[in-house]
Amino acid sequence: MRDGTPPGAGLGKDLVGLEGLTGEQIRTILDTAEPFKEISERRIKKVPVLRGKTIVNLFFEPSTRTRISFEFAEKRLSADTVNISATGSSVQKGETLVDTARTLEAMRIDMVVMRHGSSGAARFLADRIPSNVINGGDGQHEHPTQALLDLLTLRDRFGELEGLKVCIVGDILHSRVARSNIWGLLKVGAEVAVCGPRTLIPLGIEELGVSVFGRVEEAIEWSDALYVLRLQLERMKAGFIPSVREYNRVFGVSAERLERAREDLVVLHPGPMNRGVEIDSDVADGPRSMILPQVTNGVAVRMAVLYLLAGGKPEAAEAAKQGEA
Amino acid sequence: MPGTTGGRDKVMDREAVEETLRELAGLIADRTDDPSDLMVVGIRRRGVELADRIAKHLERAGFGPVATGSLDITLYRDDFEQVGPRPVIGPTELPGEITGRRVVLVDDVLFTGRTVRAALDELADFGRPRRIELCVLVDRGGRELPIQPDYVGRRLEVPPGRQVAVSVPDLDGNLCVCLVDTPEAG
Repeated sequence: MRDGTPPGAGLGKDLVGLEGLTGEQIRTILDTAEPFKEISERRIKKVPVLRGKTIVNLFFEPSTRTRISFEFAEKRLSADTVNISATGSSVQKGETLVDTARTLEAMRIDMVVMRHGSSGAARFLADRIPSNVINGGDGQHEHPTQALLDLLTLRDRFGELEGLKVCIVGDILHSRVARSNIWGLLKVGAEVAVCGPRTLIPLGIEELGVSVFGRVEEAIEWSDALYVLRLQLERMKAGFIPSVREYNRVFGVSAERLERAREDLVVLHPGPMNRGVEIDSDVADGPRSMILPQVTNGVAVRMAVLYLLAGGKPEAAEAAKQGEA
Repeated sequence: MPGTTGGRDKVMDREAVEETLRELAGLIADRTDDPSDLMVVGIRRRGVELADRIAKHLERAGFGPVATGSLDITLYRDDFEQVGPRPVIGPTELPGEITGRRVVLVDDVLFTGRTVRAALDELADFGRPRRIELCVLVDRGGRELPIQPDYVGRRLEVPPGRQVAVSVPDLDGNLCVCLVDTPEAG
């Protein structure tokens, strides 16, 4: 079912994560995103390709930039969009999600973009409805469109991803952004390292072919690009790190630390930033920062994903129905 | 009958195509009062190189630099539901503001007219040209929409099961027009 390849795209019905994609498929998405960049520069920022498609943005967790980025992407492709945010309601996974999905299906939708607090929620939904499902972040599992926009930003900057040295700094253990980026970077042939407090590095990560740096200074000397993760402040309460100040002193990315970096090292961050915690303002606003290009690329990459998944529905829908049985 | 196996019949060779493009440029020039107003826009993919060649002929004929552009109509097609996405989309590059200009659209083959319909829709999203004209190397008839060209290089009768294949140097390594068998899935 997951291997069903509709004509044209070859991505299947859903985008649940980058773990299930090949390097070739990832490159196809990035290549498709290129022409979509130009549409956002036009006076009339709209093409008619998804006219008549109905897309539901189903957000069980708060999100500003991902939801807005998807919404811009959908509108620029002329789709009709509905936003549902379930923030505040304590949605149980399982029954309630299925009920929500069935209700939406009954209203004849075409695609769902979902953010959910539970790992695996996107796959769960994708297997139960014939609509295309795009994972907008599920628990600690994956956030594939974030990683795709990061890959596009790196490719824009360096021209080639193969052999590029990228180190992800921060809370790797709980981060869906880190997971998606690790899968994506490895599949396109980049070298990946991680750096962070021992308590926040998954055990056995080396087996994936990922190097581990204990000191951020070493990571900076090694890297072409530093990917700085947002420090979830609740991790401190849970005892993973002693204090925010301590974290900044040991792992914070500052201009001073970057003096030892190669000249063209760039810094990425998925946002929103904790300035003065994982990243200092002089870096976030400095010449190495890719943070705003990342946001711009987010719209283009999401347009590409929507466009590629939107076609070839009948076979894929059939496959989903069989999966349900 | 699929008896004409591997049939690739050349109907125009390089010289014939070059000569035809020169003639097309001449026809466009005859209708041009103000060269600075003119914009020659090729439809991707093969229309782009033909547009560039026509523009060169115009420049040789005494025009100043001719503004050229390209249009990728993939996102404006009307068969998305039937065909699904095409992963390779080229850039649309127009040389500046089109509002008030005279745009000559260039394509290799005019058949159903659906590509031209898509191109007209896309142009409308960029502005309001004073006038849009259509120039094609080959008109093979078979229109499904009320669209007619202003400049035609060659009219061809195409038997069932066959289609017109235009080759251009940048994409195909040579410049010619052939009749070939229509692919099964086509």
